[in-house]
Amino acid sequence: MSRFSKSVLVLALAAASSTAFAFDNYKGIGRDAKPAEVAAWDIDVRPDFKGLPKGSGNVERGQELFEEKCASCHGSFGESNEVFTPLIGGTTAEDIKNGRVGGFVKGDIPQRTTFTKVATISTVWDYIYRAMPWTAPKSLKPDDVYAILAYFLNLAEIVPGDFTLSDRNIAEVQAKMPNRNGMTTDHGMWPGAPAKKGGIGNGGIPDVKNVACMKNCKPEALIGSTLPEYARTAHGELADQNRSFGPVRGTRTLGPEAAKKAADASTLDLATKSGCMACHGMKNKIVGPGYNEIVARYQGQPDAEARLVAKVKAGGQGTWGSVPMPPNAHVKDEDVVTLVKWILNGSK
Amino acid sequence: MGDFSNQPGRLRPAPENFLSHEQVKAVGAGRRDFLRKSFLAAGAAMAAPLAARASEGDPDILNLPSWTTTLGQPVAVNPYGMPSKYESQLVRRESPGLTRVGGASVSFCPLQGLFGIITPSGLHFERHHQGWQDVDPARHRLMINGSDPAFLKKPKVYTMDELMRLPSVSRIHFIECGANTGLEWGNVAVPTVQYTHGMLSCSEFTGVPLKLLLEDCGVDYKKARYVLAEGADGSSMTRTIPMEMVESGEVFVAYGQNGEMLRPENGYPLRLVVPGVQGVSWVKWLRRIEVGDKPWATKDEAVHYIDLMPDGLHRQYTSIQECKSVITTPSGGQTLLTPGFYNVSGLAWSGRGRIKQVDVSFDGGINWQTARIEGPVQNKALTRFNIGWVWDGKPAILQSRAIDETGYVQPTYGQLRKVRGTKSIYHNNAIQSWKVVESGEVTNVQVL
Repeated sequence: MSRFSKSVLVLALAAASSTAFAFDNYKGIGRDAKPAEVAAWDIDVRPDFKGLPKGSGNVERGQELFEEKCASCHGSFGESNEVFTPLIGGTTAEDIKNGRVGGFVKGDIPQRTTFTKVATISTVWDYIYRAMPWTAPKSLKPDDVYAILAYFLNLAEIVPGDFTLSDRNIAEVQAKMPNRNGMTTDHGMWPGAPAKKGGIGNGGIPDVKNVACMKNCKPEALIGSTLPEYARTAHGELADQNRSFGPVRGTRTLGPEAAKKAADASTLDLATKSGCMACHGMKNKIVGPGYNEIVARYQGQPDAEARLVAKVKAGGQGTWGSVPMPPNAHVKDEDVVTLVKWILNGSK
Repeated sequence: MGDFSNQPGRLRPAPENFLSHEQVKAVGAGRRDFLRKSFLAAGAAMAAPLAARASEGDPDILNLPSWTTTLGQPVAVNPYGMPSKYESQLVRRESPGLTRVGGASVSFCPLQGLFGIITPSGLHFERHHQGWQDVDPARHRLMINGSDPAFLKKPKVYTMDELMRLPSVSRIHFIECGANTGLEWGNVAVPTVQYTHGMLSCSEFTGVPLKLLLEDCGVDYKKARYVLAEGADGSSMTRTIPMEMVESGEVFVAYGQNGEMLRPENGYPLRLVVPGVQGVSWVKWLRRIEVGDKPWATKDEAVHYIDLMPDGLHRQYTSIQECKSVITTPSGGQTLLTPGFYNVSGLAWSGRGRIKQVDVSFDGGINWQTARIEGPVQNKALTRFNIGWVWDGKPAILQSRAIDETGYVQPTYGQLRKVRGTKSIYHNNAIQSWKVVESGEVTNVQVL
């Protein structure tokens, strides 16, 4: 009896949920995977580098590629926190020596970056190859990935500037990762076999314990934290996030006046982001006129909004003096309309 | 309370007072346009008073509404039915400032307005790692292979046609993101249960046990002790699953969700179901399963989904969602209408099995009463609990505490932080507290 049919027999004799599948084969279902198909999809790389394609790339090439394909999100040095959390930073020569990131040990790390956390360089290789760049995943060749990773490693001061990373030396680099000794699997939250039986963790033993006391469990209920006032309104009008009938109502957190204020605050934000506030003050001229002056000039003119929208978009000169207003093609049409309405409404 | 007690439909002992002064004036001034329109539509022959006087009773009873006096709409106006227009406020929402890129973000399920244990598919929480895709099921494939030829005799490819011919199971399970309630590790940060607990949903999933497929490919269980699951989206997300869970028969590849196919945002046409384990392991748009002899330390188990402990070590491969519960009604950001009776209702769940008991406290955890559990209680599924409460109009702190079939009791914030600190991000299963004040407003607080 083959191992396969034996397991079917075991299945058939086992729990009720399994007996339904006691067929010795599922004829006509599925087909053999062709080697080229497996190669096309099986791209994972393990910490022991099983699955790693051969290849190499140096720091210089990595910097070029990174600037071209990655820097717009991650910053030229992988430091940016604008779009994603930073890749590089927060590690020291001491960390590289110890394999523990000091910021975690001391508990004073200002910002967790990829290189403060990751213990295995294989993880980073695998992820870049399968998922990056953000808008064109799987477009990088293995040599590109080696090069970009060499650049990272140089930024993190793990390798020198003339370094070439390859499938032959990547294991040596992994042995220098600053947080390589920073992981533990000694916990009860792995749902498989425990470490002592070749698996992970302690076999599911919980680390936190409570008991189900029912009466007079403590002298008082001590409140340790309450909702900060800013957080009460940061998620918008809660009244509009609940039914308008039923046992309760959503709490009115903004109210009509506050809602208008919040909307205006966000328009001011939009004006700042769009670059308007560099030249215009709310109530004063900077380079261009103050918003109060614009209101005064255009008040009561029925086509004011349309004319101002056109001016903001195309730019202009002469109305307020000789300093030209540049065209603002970078501001979205709907944002221009929002901003003009806001200005004409007194920008309050 | 405020204006709520004077809204139409809330009959008070003196009937003439159930409309506010302003509302009576509004009706008197003919501002209930819908009434006029409906009468016109019904024709002039309709003999009814234009507006009953408030003192005679509830105008919504005395003045027959348009839906009672006109012809309704025919069948199949909405070939795929949608919720009532009055339900538009209960939708998935983002938490402002949580993430900066919509394709790598979260939308939260509106738990504050849901009933029972099944999450409507359109309200299921979302978590995408590189945006969601609507995958063509005719071109979708599931490949099963081994890290080594010795682990699996026959690497195979299955089409959706083939997977859907195989014997199927249908099971109800919860799915919770490992980072659910993660915003609250250090202190109260968000106002409502949608944002504190809304990375949680529960569906009936239908699909094929992974065990069946692995055995169809001739897996060698002695050698292959780990499984890698991989998505077909741009991120091709990967996670390591223990073979013990596959062998138990509980892990399955699902195509069905609540009676229909999976929604695209939830992995259409195929996702992995790993009961009791955090959502990131339930790989969506599932394209490949690999069996191996070691875990993979993928990005989402080596950079993210690792739990920082007070000693500076990160726990890796934390997967089980431990026993947890939350009161959904009343909850933060809601206001109680008047003193009196309320059905306090909530959800309990455990990644280790069935819920055995849920206790509720109205005094911040000094005294507890056992709530009524709505059965049948399912394994690793949301479980609804209810308990009656007469609110006396005085301040109260509501809490729920779940106990699962292993005897594990959901911990307090104090107990959890003592072991895990406040920077773990993941796996916060502390007892949630909602404070009620005299005005009826319910807010999020943490009781130690």
